[in-house]
Amino acid sequence: MLAKRIIPCLDIKDGRTVKGINFVGLRDAGDPVELAKKYSQTGADELVFLDITATHEKRDTLRELVRQIARHLDIPFTVGGGVRSVEDVAMLLEAGADKIAINSAAFRNPQLINDLAKRFGSQCIVLAIDAKQEAGEWIVYLSGGRTRTEKTLFEWAKEAQDLGAGEILFTSMNHDGTKQGFANDALRQLSEQLQIPIIASGGAGTMPHFKDAFEQGQVDAALAASIFHFGEINIPDLKAYLHQQQIPIRL
Amino acid sequence: MNIAIIQYNAGNIRSVSHALERLGVQPVITDDLAIIQAADKVIFPGVGEASSAMKYLHKKGLASLIPQLTQPVLGICLGMQLMSSYSEEGNTKCLGIFAQKVKLFPPSSRYKVPHVGWNTIQQLNGALFNGIPEQVYFYFVHSYYLEIGKFTTAKTSHIIPFSAAIQKANFFATQFHPEKSGDWGHNILKNFLDL
Repeated sequence: MLAKRIIPCLDIKDGRTVKGINFVGLRDAGDPVELAKKYSQTGADELVFLDITATHEKRDTLRELVRQIARHLDIPFTVGGGVRSVEDVAMLLEAGADKIAINSAAFRNPQLINDLAKRFGSQCIVLAIDAKQEAGEWIVYLSGGRTRTEKTLFEWAKEAQDLGAGEILFTSMNHDGTKQGFANDALRQLSEQLQIPIIASGGAGTMPHFKDAFEQGQVDAALAASIFHFGEINIPDLKAYLHQQQIPIRL
Repeated sequence: MNIAIIQYNAGNIRSVSHALERLGVQPVITDDLAIIQAADKVIFPGVGEASSAMKYLHKKGLASLIPQLTQPVLGICLGMQLMSSYSEEGNTKCLGIFAQKVKLFPPSSRYKVPHVGWNTIQQLNGALFNGIPEQVYFYFVHSYYLEIGKFTTAKTSHIIPFSAAIQKANFFATQFHPEKSGDWGHNILKNFLDL
């Protein structure tokens, strides 16, 4: 039976992990390769690396980092952050990434999803969507939540699926950072409306929150950052808990 | 040991190379027919689309070479699907090593396509699975599947049961990605190198 996936997300700046990571037993918690290995050894099912570097030297730094990660990591990993073109994706996949997360650039140019799916296959295209619930409507935001659009989460997710996206990574801006649980109602609607896998992001604070995302939200995977980085929840405990709660999980 | 990884227009070839390097082997990634023919073992990996992959294999002369190889050959994911006789993906005639068809997963209200993630495999047979217990998890990512048949050496299920691995003489293949499947995947690759 297909297991539900637990995915730690690492923010990368200038080739280093940022956002204060406090992982016991690491020589250097800022080294993404060390951290990636640590997570894979403790049972992470996949990793997401989000590059938040703003400089123009970005491409080379990121390519070298992806190469290093690919050399050492024996589980799948996704790379995202500022991916704009077929060339960006070709470079990251060539360096060894398994999947690419795209967000704002795909919204501004939906044809990009189609071009990427045709060239590289849907399986490596993860469409990331940030959305905020306003007066009952889930509105898509771009550029890390700075730019409001007129499109709803459900419209955009369906359109992206039809263009060839292989998975949807939905972050609820209302839930992100609150540690009050995932946006399970919206996640369930997404899951019911789409045929492709859904990754929940934003709001994880406790182990039952993951169970709720899988059961109520009906998602295929759940992503979190700080609660893993700060050791508030460690992945072996989380997976043992989920297994005990009858959620299919890889132990 | 000379290991050749067949280079063609498919993705994820480097990840197989990295996995072998972690096992202490330095493979050569090549589309050179002579090097492939002379290798002790050949790996045919890939993530991509069947019809464009077959076109490329024909253009390079690989389509006629691969079925004639006599050393152990390991197909992975798309590599496995291309070893079949036919794929519904792009209505493609494949290499015909395994007289089996590759089909698109049927629509399902309960299960997602592509089949992405870690799934258990069962009813394991053959040298590739030496020391691998039943029901351990491997990483899959695909929308097409190979039917269960007489060549099946491991089964799994998503929407319907299908072949997680197949074997015929020196030709081995897995639908899952051993190079992305942690320790158990590492063991599968080691078993292949030990053949």
